Amino acid sequence: MAITLTINGTERTLEAEPDMPLLWALRDLAGLTGTKFGCGKALCGACTVHVDGEPVRSCSFPVSAADGRDITTIEGLSADGSHPVQVAWRELNVPQCGYCQSGQIMSAAALLARNPAPSDAEIATAMSGNICRCGTYTRIRAAIHRAAGESS
Amino acid sequence: MNGLRRISRREFLQRTGQAGGGLVFALSVGAGCSRTPDTDAAPVSAAATDAFMPNVYVNIRTDGIVEIVCHRSEMGQGIRTCLPQVIADELDADWDRIELKQALGDEKYGDQNTDGSTSIRRHFDLLRGAGATAREMLIAAAAAEWGVPASECATREHAVHHEASGRSAGYGDLVALTDGVAAPESPTFKDPANYRYIGKSLDTIDGFAMSVGAANYGIDTTLPGMLHASIERCPTHGGAVAAFDATAAKAVPGVVDVIRLPDPEAGKAPGFLPLGGIAVLATNTWSAMQGRAALEIEWAPGPNGAYDSEKYREELAASSQKEGRIVLDRGDVAGALASAARTHSADYYAPHLAQAPMEPPAALAQVGDDGCDVWSCTQNPQATRDTVAGLLGIDKTRVRAHVTLLGGGFGRKSKPDFAAEAAWLSRESGQPVKVTWTREDDLRHGYFHSVSAQHLEAGLDGAGKVTGWHHRTAFPSIGSTFDVNAAGPSGGELGLGFTDIPYAIPNLRMEACDAKPHVRIGWLRSVCNIYHAFAISSFADELAHLAKTDPPAFLKQLLGEPRRVDPADDGAEYGNYGQGLDTHPIDTGRIAQVLDTVAGMAGWGRRMPPGSGLGIAVHRSFLSTVGVVAEVAADTDGRMRVVEMWMAIDAGLVVNPDRVKAQLEGAGIFGMSLALHGEMSATDGAIVQGNFDTYPVVRMSEAPRAIHTHILPVDAPPGGVGEPGVPPVAPAIANAWFAATGSRLREMPFRKAGIT
Repeated sequence: MAITLTINGTERTLEAEPDMPLLWALRDLAGLTGTKFGCGKALCGACTVHVDGEPVRSCSFPVSAADGRDITTIEGLSADGSHPVQVAWRELNVPQCGYCQSGQIMSAAALLARNPAPSDAEIATAMSGNICRCGTYTRIRAAIHRAAGESS
Repeated sequence: MNGLRRISRREFLQRTGQAGGGLVFALSVGAGCSRTPDTDAAPVSAAATDAFMPNVYVNIRTDGIVEIVCHRSEMGQGIRTCLPQVIADELDADWDRIELKQALGDEKYGDQNTDGSTSIRRHFDLLRGAGATAREMLIAAAAAEWGVPASECATREHAVHHEASGRSAGYGDLVALTDGVAAPESPTFKDPANYRYIGKSLDTIDGFAMSVGAANYGIDTTLPGMLHASIERCPTHGGAVAAFDATAAKAVPGVVDVIRLPDPEAGKAPGFLPLGGIAVLATNTWSAMQGRAALEIEWAPGPNGAYDSEKYREELAASSQKEGRIVLDRGDVAGALASAARTHSADYYAPHLAQAPMEPPAALAQVGDDGCDVWSCTQNPQATRDTVAGLLGIDKTRVRAHVTLLGGGFGRKSKPDFAAEAAWLSRESGQPVKVTWTREDDLRHGYFHSVSAQHLEAGLDGAGKVTGWHHRTAFPSIGSTFDVNAAGPSGGELGLGFTDIPYAIPNLRMEACDAKPHVRIGWLRSVCNIYHAFAISSFADELAHLAKTDPPAFLKQLLGEPRRVDPADDGAEYGNYGQGLDTHPIDTGRIAQVLDTVAGMAGWGRRMPPGSGLGIAVHRSFLSTVGVVAEVAADTDGRMRVVEMWMAIDAGLVVNPDRVKAQLEGAGIFGMSLALHGEMSATDGAIVQGNFDTYPVVRMSEAPRAIHTHILPVDAPPGGVGEPGVPPVAPAIANAWFAATGSRLREMPFRKAGIT
């Protein structure tokens, strides 16, 4: 079926089976590979994107449910990598392999959008759906605090 | 290293047979790179009609850009930043005028197998030489042009200077003058006091790309018209397809083809070859997965169909109770135990583990008239090339193994079976094919970190001093992946934290006990050091408490006087990670220094609240020593919380301190994951765990509130960094748990004790 959605501010029509997860529609049909596959079962958060501003695990979100909605991926979080979360990530050299960081950044950006100054406990709650196998959690936490400081 | 040749672009292209004409034989990955993997043929700067290539790692263009070839794989350890740091430093090149290229798999680069924490420790001098050679040749070129002695010239900031005459020439301008300049036989390295990049925490080179979703991994590579493949493999190791029906699979929208992969040869070791199975090829990944789910397959389970990990555990434990092969023997351990004032024994167990990199194995291949191009997240591009060539039956010179960024490796991606699958399917389908493993594929069909059982006995004298230590280790060997007759631990594996035990115990016997494999066994970050450090550092802590001695003081006593240990003195076959004991000694003085440092960082000895405790472990592996103190608390419901961690490392010379600290922080979390949660089990020959629900890893909610790291300033050649942080984590946590609760953890994962 034809699914029309807005991806990073641009309206796109994708021809996809309705049950295809948004993740694969983004990666294979729209050519946006910044959103990553890690588990396929909403267990790791590598595929996190924003749907109408809310963080969503795109591997478990049917593309048909995205019809008519506004999708933001890591490629569209900012035009030039200048989102405070992206800046903080670089300043603290958060990424190691970097693979999970698209999802981490999208989860962190969504957290700060609704809670501009999260506590450690609030960060843990919001970010525990995102696995980092390299183990960058302490830097992620510090980077979220830094981004919060800069955006407030 | 090649001698000097100044090669014109045209000449170079003719020599390398590149029609489209990239100047450098490498695939660029990372920032600014197209996702279509055609970077070899990308046009170069119009100004770059000539180039100076003093060796395979350095290529200086006339526009002044220094292209540095990274021949090692980036999987998060930071080598794509650290490797050019070393070359650029010796070359006195400006960091902003560096372009990084990623090497294809090719022997001309030397060892490319990115494992064993070797990239810096085994290549530091090679990389320095690559930069220093280029620097001396540029000086020679300038000196000849100016008619002055080379000794009067020096390099600084991307240019050669002759101070006496005030002349200078930029590197780009010198390219045209390098023709005929001979390479120095042994270039002079910089005085370390003048290092500009080595020892500095430069930002990660791929950091920007990673922060905007532009970094390209194996799973991200694309080619026009490519098909996506998902493969159903036999649930049991060594099994094969008995019969299958693809009718329903072919009816799934988007499915293009169904192809049977070659079965593994019966009775042969698996090596790096594909596991066989049925592949569904489709126009997108989801359709391939859906088609695969619709396959009907009957499996012949093969020789491991009855493998049950619980029963196997009993066999392994029983094996560790019986006399094994003596691999190190000092003094008279039987006599020491018989005459001891007190003896103590304990058994330790650790299960199979999976590496579970966040990016599952993925590869894209295109087979055509000119051979095979394969793009993959490989730690080992030369083995990828060899394996693909072998499977396709073509000469390896016709295989181009391109290396993408790796979304984690941890040892899994040193085995290129997934790249070979893609190559086979591309040839059979006549299309470019990308193979993407699911998480379930990754966990169920991996090369698993070995399961182990260990038995330890020790004797103490009346003063609480250890007089005898008798230790047996039983585990199936990685060697079984390559040789069906490999029956038990190899000398190399035993050198990973077992025969290199540094304790000054007068009577010491180490034995290895055989064990049969039932799965593919492979490397996982830190390898056998994980279970050996767990047993040794935990058992030492047990003895410290028996002796009523503070654990750090007890460990110091075990380490004995500062001295250099050579396991061969006690009959051990010991390889010291492929490097000399003269340059990289087992130095108990240095180990003790790490111990003292980390104990000091953690404020060891401070009064702890009830239900909280500190635990300490120190372990040398991959030629570096890491000490860990963990603070652990038992929550009111009896569950374990790792509150804080302190880690100190002696890695000798360090190239990028921030990346070393990042590796320690990551090792702390990785070590916690395997200590608290990690277990792969099997029933009826099939792996039980399939995803992060059944194979949990540490998440933010479990992460310590801080992981404090410290790098000891030690004037010594570089040791490894990626792996040494992991082994001491599990015993430090177990020892802290004992301090907090009085309960001893002798089995990983600790969640089996119902405390996580």
